[in-house]
Amino acid sequence: MSTISDPPAESFRLSQLINDTRYRSITFQFVALVLLIFAMAYLGLNLVQNLAAAGLNISFDFLGEPAGYDINQTLIDYTSQSSHWRATMVGVLNTMLVAILGCIMATVIGVFVGVLRLSPNWLVRKLMSIYVEIFRNVPVLIWILIIMAVFVAVLPQPRDFRGDDATASMVWGAFAFTGRGFYAPLPLFGPGSAVVVAVFVASLIGIVFYRRHTTKKLYDEGVLLPRTWPSVALFFVPVLLAFFVMGQPITLEYPALKGFNFQGGIFMRNSLIALWFALSIYTAAFIAENVRAGILAVSKGQTEAAASLGLRPNRIMNLVVLPQALRVIIPPLISQYLNLTKNSSLAIAVGYMDLTGTLGGITLNQTGRAIECVLLLMLFYLTISLGISAIMNVYNNAVKLKER
Amino acid sequence: MKKSVFLGAMTVAGLAAGAAAAATLDDVKARGKLNCGVTTGLVGFAAPDANGNWDGFDVGFCRAVAAAVLNDPNAVEFVPTTGKTRFTALASGEIDTLARNTTWTFSRDVDLKFEFVGVNYYDGQGFIVPKELGVSSAKELDGATVCIQTGTTTELNLADFFRKNNISYEPVPIETNAEAQPLYLEGACDTYTTDASGLAATRAAFENPQDHVVLPEIISKEPLGPLVRHGDNDWGDINRWVLNALIAAEEYGVTSANVDELASGTDNPEINRLLGTEGNLGEMLGLDADWAARTIKAVGNYGELFEKHIGENTPVGLSRGLNAQWTDGGLMYAPPFR
Amino acid sequence: MSDMHAHSVAYVRETMLPEQEPPSSAVGVTAWMRENLFRGWANSLMTVVAIYVIYKIVAGSLPWFLGGIWSTSSLAECREILQGATGGCFSVLTERWNQLLFGFQYPSEQYWRLILAFVLLGLAAAPVLFRHLPRGLLVFTGLYPFIAFWLIWGGTILAPLMALAGFVLGYVAFKKVEHQSFAMGALAFLIAAALTWWIGGLVSGAAPGVLALEPVPSRNMGGFMLNLILGTVCVSLSLPIGIVLALGRQSDMPIIKWICVVFIELIRGVPLITLLFVANVVLAYFLPPGTSFDLIIRVIIMITAFSSAYIAEVIRGGLAALPRGQYEAADSLGLDYAQATRLIIMPQALKISIPGIVNVAVGLFKDTTLVSVISMFDLVGMIRGPILASTEWNGVYWELWGFAVMLFFIVCYSISQYSQWLERQLQTDHR
Repeated sequence: MSTISDPPAESFRLSQLINDTRYRSITFQFVALVLLIFAMAYLGLNLVQNLAAAGLNISFDFLGEPAGYDINQTLIDYTSQSSHWRATMVGVLNTMLVAILGCIMATVIGVFVGVLRLSPNWLVRKLMSIYVEIFRNVPVLIWILIIMAVFVAVLPQPRDFRGDDATASMVWGAFAFTGRGFYAPLPLFGPGSAVVVAVFVASLIGIVFYRRHTTKKLYDEGVLLPRTWPSVALFFVPVLLAFFVMGQPITLEYPALKGFNFQGGIFMRNSLIALWFALSIYTAAFIAENVRAGILAVSKGQTEAAASLGLRPNRIMNLVVLPQALRVIIPPLISQYLNLTKNSSLAIAVGYMDLTGTLGGITLNQTGRAIECVLLLMLFYLTISLGISAIMNVYNNAVKLKER
Repeated sequence: MKKSVFLGAMTVAGLAAGAAAAATLDDVKARGKLNCGVTTGLVGFAAPDANGNWDGFDVGFCRAVAAAVLNDPNAVEFVPTTGKTRFTALASGEIDTLARNTTWTFSRDVDLKFEFVGVNYYDGQGFIVPKELGVSSAKELDGATVCIQTGTTTELNLADFFRKNNISYEPVPIETNAEAQPLYLEGACDTYTTDASGLAATRAAFENPQDHVVLPEIISKEPLGPLVRHGDNDWGDINRWVLNALIAAEEYGVTSANVDELASGTDNPEINRLLGTEGNLGEMLGLDADWAARTIKAVGNYGELFEKHIGENTPVGLSRGLNAQWTDGGLMYAPPFR
Repeated sequence: MSDMHAHSVAYVRETMLPEQEPPSSAVGVTAWMRENLFRGWANSLMTVVAIYVIYKIVAGSLPWFLGGIWSTSSLAECREILQGATGGCFSVLTERWNQLLFGFQYPSEQYWRLILAFVLLGLAAAPVLFRHLPRGLLVFTGLYPFIAFWLIWGGTILAPLMALAGFVLGYVAFKKVEHQSFAMGALAFLIAAALTWWIGGLVSGAAPGVLALEPVPSRNMGGFMLNLILGTVCVSLSLPIGIVLALGRQSDMPIIKWICVVFIELIRGVPLITLLFVANVVLAYFLPPGTSFDLIIRVIIMITAFSSAYIAEVIRGGLAALPRGQYEAADSLGLDYAQATRLIIMPQALKISIPGIVNVAVGLFKDTTLVSVISMFDLVGMIRGPILASTEWNGVYWELWGFAVMLFFIVCYSISQYSQWLERQLQTDHR
């Protein structure tokens, strides 16, 4: 009886491979895999042939050999006798430095501009949108080069500080803004300064605890304790006390013109500042748009509800709108951070010795190991990118709306 | 939308591209053009003029090879290369000959598998400083900011020099000569260092060249020469002997002006062999008999090339120095043509 | 009632009062200024600061701009004329105008070809950009790539004609076999097109003189034109690739999905500049010995790969935003995957992703300036290299960079304005 409704037992036909949806996906995947393998094999074979024809080989041994060149900005010990690997690490750290500095500054400017774009002040609003449009619509490379050119051409050079009829002078005798970079006093930590630093850290912790305590008091008992002046007092008094009790162990080393350059103090090179600044204001224009969109995404009802509770406008912004807007802002913010990090590779245009400048620049040039260097370069950037997205995703999950 | 541009270009490129691996000479002949790698622009050595025509000392060598092989000094495709791209361009066959003031070093010759066909300019690394700095020796440069062009041997020499003399400096790496100029002129660097010939060429392009001096120290040996891929000896021989022909021509007094006259036969057997009226040197190279005569007629002999592009009467203003003929106390010494 | 009222109340107005003008503080300029510029002291302060900033910018740039010199042949000459007065040396722009736009190697008597190609680009793009234009113009859009190739690169007209023929014949073959299945159709297209191109290659190789323009090797492209070429070519190429990648990433076939994910994430994880390094110094090693592509073609390959990964992510967003019901409705109509994708899914997904795609396109166009780092002479490369290094123009920054900023701003700003306009157009008819 049941045989009537049973489908006829079909034997497998070859055409089923392409016409039958059950098998088709297997066919496609098989074809794709075969094509991929063929493409890989083809490229690999070409590579082997080309290398054999040129008598070259793939080897990473060069990383252990002395680099032989000097790098101006090194966050770890490095001399020209260090290995190429060490030079690469210097580059990685320089990349990270400019990326982190850039992300911080871009966020600050971006949030500031984004909020101002919604300001009730017409003039400010227009000014900010002009800023955003101009910076978003011009390549970041041009901005980097312009800022570098401004640096070199507009700011005074150390030679202008020299002599009796110097055309430039230091600001407050402590800061020098030159075309080669900025010089600032460097704190020198003498013996006993550890105590001062420890007191400073302790007072910071104290401030946090005090503020928590006041919040708790406010919520539990309704007692509003003063917050601002005790925090300020906690910040300054213990440290200053410790500083003088220990006999002023921390001194400042002022930069001074010696020979060709300023010597001493903290030196930020023009290439770092140009890159940092250009990346920041470029990325900030994008972040401003994200912030604006995020704030606009919070429904008007939220603002009105908060207002009907009697909150003041800045409290509405801080307590109601921004926390909600943050959830909209953070995902695009992550990709802006990634973009900034990747754009930092344009350092090569201003001679900032980041990863592209060391491994992808001088090391590549000196060793001639193009394939190895570019491969390593891509690996490093991939790792940095994945690392940033991992960290930011953890943060994103932490602030995400906990839906029940 | 523009898929076909790509496909069309691929077809064109596929049609145009010959094999580059084994017999470079055949490829060049089949293509009808010599692909010659030069700098992206260095006055006197290789630079495009306002109309995009390349001219210079290195360019002259490219044209000489083209004249010898293709009978047309203009059958050259000039490929601008940077310090980074030049070796890959040569290794991958994008160019046939690299004439880009490249220093002959052991590792480039042996490890990178290239073949230097000779030296067309004996150079050394020097420093240029503004006169107002009052520096008279490179050893006084302690603490100076030094602009270096990356991708060359200069940064290694520089590191060695300062380490050896135990003085400090602040290196500013620059990608091209063009970018180094404004940095140096605006005072972002105290000194700029590269090959002395390059310094002279750079200085020549300044508005007030007399305000700058090249320091007397030459801190390295930089024999600059054209190079080809390792492994194609026939092609290497052609390049080597074109260079030697230019040098020898100067020694024997053959110039672009008198080469026609001399090619009809002289009583000097050396000249006769060089210009192909005696012996079969051209045939041995796989070229015809008057290859050298053509070359000299097209670009002049070594001395003429030198005087025309970088000599004392040009803005670059280099003296012959080490690059004089051996008979004049220089190092230019062509092996005998026999 | 009214009577009662009339007696109990002392005075009742019987007629309406004539409408009065609102107080002067509530209308007109004053009110607007009060509302928008001087509401509260903080607001007023901001206005003052803003006015100061604007004043500073205008006061700094206006005399410089108005006092500009437009007709000298070198910086020294220009400074001599200025005699220390404020003014820009814009003569660098007039003197190097052609170099900035077309590079320094394109034969100058052939510039008309580039200008014509650029004008035609506007014509070809118009029907795509504005939907109310006659649809027939789309035919020209289809022909444009071939015309542009012929105009810009020159050579015989046979080469682009044969490439076009390949597409046409491929399409015919596709239509012939389409009823069997989409996959078979695609295969037929490939075979027919490849065959035509092969024959076409032979034909155009054999007759290089037919209707030939002077051929210009792509190495001679430069200036802003190079940015435009790279931008349009790479965006157009990466759209179809991006769609395929996005579909692949959404597919439920694990191997295909895996390949697409790895490709997309790999490309998105590295800066474009490293990919350009690959094009510049590594790619040659992976090609068969003896082939040597032009640098520009290698660069186009890498930029296309780069932008297609980004476009794929945008389109994936569009696909994800489509309600599940659309897929199910397509299935229930008995459409197969290819039909459902072509007729139901893609039109909607693409519509959602248009703003994102335009953003990627603008970003990519800006990124084409990076080729200056690998010694190609695009607009930025021309400025940094030949112009700033020349003896005549050593030291001109503001004028040149201002010009570059202006060119890029005009192009990118108009594209993004267009995208916002389009977004508003499309908003009316969905949901």
